Amino acid sequence: MEKKLLSGNEAIARGAYEANASVATGYPGTPSTEILENISKFYGDKIYCEWAPNEKVAFETAAGATTTGARAITTMKLVGLNVAADPLMTLAYTGVAGGFIAVVADDPGMNSSQNEQDTRLFAHFAKVPVLEPADSQEAKEFVKIGFEISEQFGTPVILRTTTTTSHSRSVVELGAPIELNRPHSFKKDPQRFVPIPAFARGMRVRLEERVEKLAKAASISSLNRIEWNTNGDKRVGIVTSGAAYQYVKEVFPEANILKLGWCYPFPDELFLEFADQVERVFVIEELEDFMERRFKELGVATVGKRLGNEKLVPKYGPLDVDVLRDVKRKLAENEATKAYFVAPNVTKSDAKLPEIPTLPNRPPVLCPGCPHRGFFYALSKFDVVVSGDIGCYTLGVAPPLNCMDTVLCMGGGFTVAHGMDCAKNDRPVVGIVGDSTFFHSGMTGLMDVVYNKGKSTLVVLDNRITAMTGHQENPGTGKTILGEETFAASVSEIAKAMGCKNVVEINPRYLDETTKALKTAIESDEPWLIVAKEPCPLAYRKKLEKNYRVNQEKCKKCGGCLKIGCPAIERAADKTVSVNESLCVDCGLCAQVCKFNALEEVDLAAAKGGLV
Amino acid sequence: MNAQTNTKESTSVVLVGVGGQGILLASAIIAQAALTTGYDVKTYEVHGMAQRGGSVLAQVRYGEKVYSPLIPKHEASVLASLERTEALRYVDYLAPHGLAVVSDQVIVPVTVSSGAATYPEMDETALKTYFPRLVYVSAVERALELGNARAANVILLGALSTKLDNLADDAWQKAIQTCVKPKFVDLNLQAFYLGRELAKNA
Repeated sequence: MEKKLLSGNEAIARGAYEANASVATGYPGTPSTEILENISKFYGDKIYCEWAPNEKVAFETAAGATTTGARAITTMKLVGLNVAADPLMTLAYTGVAGGFIAVVADDPGMNSSQNEQDTRLFAHFAKVPVLEPADSQEAKEFVKIGFEISEQFGTPVILRTTTTTSHSRSVVELGAPIELNRPHSFKKDPQRFVPIPAFARGMRVRLEERVEKLAKAASISSLNRIEWNTNGDKRVGIVTSGAAYQYVKEVFPEANILKLGWCYPFPDELFLEFADQVERVFVIEELEDFMERRFKELGVATVGKRLGNEKLVPKYGPLDVDVLRDVKRKLAENEATKAYFVAPNVTKSDAKLPEIPTLPNRPPVLCPGCPHRGFFYALSKFDVVVSGDIGCYTLGVAPPLNCMDTVLCMGGGFTVAHGMDCAKNDRPVVGIVGDSTFFHSGMTGLMDVVYNKGKSTLVVLDNRITAMTGHQENPGTGKTILGEETFAASVSEIAKAMGCKNVVEINPRYLDETTKALKTAIESDEPWLIVAKEPCPLAYRKKLEKNYRVNQEKCKKCGGCLKIGCPAIERAADKTVSVNESLCVDCGLCAQVCKFNALEEVDLAAAKGGLV
Repeated sequence: MNAQTNTKESTSVVLVGVGGQGILLASAIIAQAALTTGYDVKTYEVHGMAQRGGSVLAQVRYGEKVYSPLIPKHEASVLASLERTEALRYVDYLAPHGLAVVSDQVIVPVTVSSGAATYPEMDETALKTYFPRLVYVSAVERALELGNARAANVILLGALSTKLDNLADDAWQKAIQTCVKPKFVDLNLQAFYLGRELAKNA
């Protein structure tokens, strides 16, 4: 079979195809987004795919599909599972008729996330199996095996990846899709599918029985294996899973390893079998001490997050080879463990390098031409508190715009603002969501504000796309994940239907109209919804005919144009300002803030002609 | 199961720059060349928030057997930077006697324009004090001479390929043909060999 280099996410998409899944749903979220993108791109003619407005909807749709006997997969990032927690907790009770996998991508190190929750604990809470691939080949295989576990035991299954397993590429051997040929037919069975208390109590009992059976199955599953070392030395046994396994293999090549791909329901028998055969058990896992606690519950002494009174394996942040070398060094130096380990030897250069100069930070920034920039610049002139949520516009928190005061969760911009208003905050409050987060869960907040006679100024920064995760369609864009035309939901019409009387659409690229709308709304005693509507220039690229240049004769070097924080505007050491022509996309915001009309729009064809 | 694999036998390459400069294509070509040669390959790249003008990093490792996709400190044979000073941010990755390939392009971050930070003075001589084995290239200028500024990444790739002698010329050619759109193959092959030539002269 063909071998390809695939990311973990691409491999999961391939796994869904090889496992003959019928339905795939999701909501974009780094590091999970590319799974559904790849399913739709390569297998969209065979697997029904959709971006749902949020993870709960995506989860429920997949859950519905699986009641017919079909195989369904849903994808989300770690915090997405919080949104989908309600259906998860009860789907564990009702169980599934077909195969069901929720892929949840964790983000140790918080590369693109607001928290670092460990989804394995969620699986434990919901009492459902959790599988953890360590590379792309496993990511693909675990989808296929996950469906089998799901169907054999009638349970939803969580496939947990991390940023490293989702975004690293490794070699994958492709397989042929299996044939299922099964009818998709819902069979009426209220005692199974309707958790009214009388039936749910029976489900509760069956759930506990299922967890016990799963634990036994996990103990003998091919997803879990012991790798004995070649020299027969049984003193050190390391328990690990997921990406951490790769680092353990590299740093502790001499160790015996219990490698978990299916760590919950806890395979107690396998845990004890391993512990019995080695002298000391070491647990090296990324994030929480999930498996280590279980070993302790089973009465096995372990070294993991702590070594005596000292911290050992970090409980937060990502692991890597360097982190584990530090761990090994500590183990080699500690009285209690030094007999077992030799400190790793790293070849560093002997040459003394001169001190490296302080490098300027390169935080992620709003792109040149981003419509959010104009809105935030206008907003920065008002004395208000700003509550936002998750999207590119969260970057409005950074200097020089300094516009975001609180962020809680997806869709939370409106409701947090409303709460401040309810508490009679001494300054006006502006609540912000994006187009995608409005449809995700922001719109219920708008309904709350109108219904309860709030007075907040609410803003939808509608750039016509789900931008931060890499430009996915959403219910407002008029296109499905497959690019088919569909109804484009209108934020303004939805707001009006909810009873919001004051709705205004503006283009945030124009400072005057943006400022005017904000002033009216902030001074009003009624709720206002401002829809700041302008497409993301990255998602909707247009051919550039003009861009801006600084007329050095007019420029007073006052630095006023730098206050919009545009990456295309650069200032030299002598304070001369210039526009980087390769970055400018002709949005014209700088020209609106320059008091000396020094920023001039130039016709590109003419400018080029002049040079020749 | 061979538990005694010597990881030092794997070759590691770090590519850095600023979001949008074409690092991912360069890392994809290296990975493809290694795969074609029959090596085990792993790569890692940054997605999401950091891509928006942030400092970005791509990593490629290949060898008989590769475990961690993330490159440990002091183990990269080559560190290539599409931006003049970004290489300094990742100097720890480079192995003793490793090769640094740096484009002279300067991308001024907003933190500098706004006055919150300064961009360090840095030229070839200064960079040589940190990277004794340095290939310093006017990659964008040379790419423009070939007709397309975006080929700068593949010029750097050509330069760094001189250090990766376990990948044959044929593997590089095939990889470029696989990873690049057909109409850009000739341009990129030209860029690649120009980069090789520049590294020879350095």
